[in-house]
Amino acid sequence: MPKVVFHHSGDAGTVVDADPGSNVMRAAVQNGVAGIVGECGGQAMCATCHVYVREPYLGALPPVSEDEEEMLDCTAAPRDDRRSRLGCQLTLGGDLEEVEVDVPEAQL
Amino acid sequence: MCPRPSSDGHSRPGHPGARVVVVGAGHAGVQVADTLRARGHTGPITIVGDEPVLPYQRPPLSKEHLTPADAAPVLPLRAERYFAEHRIDLRTGVTATALHREARTVELSDGGAVPYDALVLATGAVSRAFGVPGADLAGVHALRTLADADALRAALPGARSVLVVGAGFIGLEFAAAARRHAVRVTVLEAGERPLARAVSPETAAHLAAAHREAGTELRCGETVARFVGEHGRVHGALGTTGAEYPADLVLVGIGVEPRAELAARAGLDVADGIVVDERLRTRDPSVYAVGDCANHPNSHAGGRVRLESVQNAAGQARHVASVILGAERAYAELPWFWSHQGELTLQIAGLRLPGDDSVVLGDPATGRFSVCCLRQGRLVAVESVNRPADHMAARRLLAAGRVLSPGDLRDPAFSLKRLARALVPAP
Repeated sequence: MPKVVFHHSGDAGTVVDADPGSNVMRAAVQNGVAGIVGECGGQAMCATCHVYVREPYLGALPPVSEDEEEMLDCTAAPRDDRRSRLGCQLTLGGDLEEVEVDVPEAQL
Repeated sequence: MCPRPSSDGHSRPGHPGARVVVVGAGHAGVQVADTLRARGHTGPITIVGDEPVLPYQRPPLSKEHLTPADAAPVLPLRAERYFAEHRIDLRTGVTATALHREARTVELSDGGAVPYDALVLATGAVSRAFGVPGADLAGVHALRTLADADALRAALPGARSVLVVGAGFIGLEFAAAARRHAVRVTVLEAGERPLARAVSPETAAHLAAAHREAGTELRCGETVARFVGEHGRVHGALGTTGAEYPADLVLVGIGVEPRAELAARAGLDVADGIVVDERLRTRDPSVYAVGDCANHPNSHAGGRVRLESVQNAAGQARHVASVILGAERAYAELPWFWSHQGELTLQIAGLRLPGDDSVVLGDPATGRFSVCCLRQGRLVAVESVNRPADHMAARRLLAAGRVLSPGDLRDPAFSLKRLARALVPAP
């Protein structure tokens, strides 16, 4: 079962199990992880599921779509060119069986 | 564990211990409670929702939730434990049946009543009923709630001929999702073009062509005169032009009606929704309305308007929470909207009104373009088809109040994104 670790302010992290085919935003919302909103329901339209992916997992991420690219320019917390992604676009399973992310201070 | 209300039992709004009741558990209702808690409200918060399920995300219901590949359950707005953790008393499967403004209580269908110091009506809207013979046959659906979507999701795999009544956003999103089930899809639109009230003629023409190219039969200037069926189940429809359409699955998507009965019965003003002022307050200073049900003055519309969108629901919810906590600002958030229809993503920033002028950026033949909508020579809205960069730039420019004229837009070197980048600081 895929696993996501959410870190808040550099804490030790909250581990959440997710269904294969789910994504980082869904895993957060379904498990009540603070700081991930997902206002548009996972459609890459609102940038409220912004996360910073930790270095060891960057190589396993799917490419950034044009929609996501534009949304990432408009996140509430500063964009990190390498680590910023929308959680709703990070589908779990396959290459991304496990991922660790830092949750930004703000989504709105 | 809830703090007690003040001793007179009537804390005024603006008091962090005030008792807040929210009627409606959609995007708006849940966001009101969330923002109140996030901003330090300590008083009791009750949400009353008539659907018997945890509040859920509505946008996917007419989109990927209906596609053959999607097996995921609908996403809740918040996890179940969120409500307890934030001391939000969520009552699902319960209807608010009456509002007693003198006593400041809301009467509930389970026999209970909840007192309030501030009441937020976030009652949303219901699908408009289609009053033609046969509309009550099995197989004739609406699409608004999770129950509606689940019924369609169950029916689509066995359907052969799908008929959609109304080429609005719901009808077109549903048509695109239904096509992926390899069924024949026909859309009837009473008006002369799809989305006539919602988008420019240029965008409407592009969407119409794209749906036809993808295999949908889209017929404008026609609607259903009556449905025909046997053994209580629909098998076709007779159109207003006399044409006959076979159909074993029908979606009626002819708009919504705001749910304003509770407010009307309580003597509040109702005119295409619950009438509120720029702070989202009704005539009764303890009662507010937000989201799809709220008829509000909107500077972007240049008048009163009722908007049906996630942005409006969430934006007004956050605003009303701040008003309840004592802020005295007018709601002024820029409206924005999106629709996924097959390979098309339409995004709208701002509000276009009928009669606004259009300037097209890019070539619609490429499938990627934006329509800039101008009113009295000023940019007021941008509709983008598969041009997300234009959309995000337009949101920033319009929210910042940047004035743009037709001359600016027609400059061959013009770029919304470059202009938005020049805004400092970025929002």
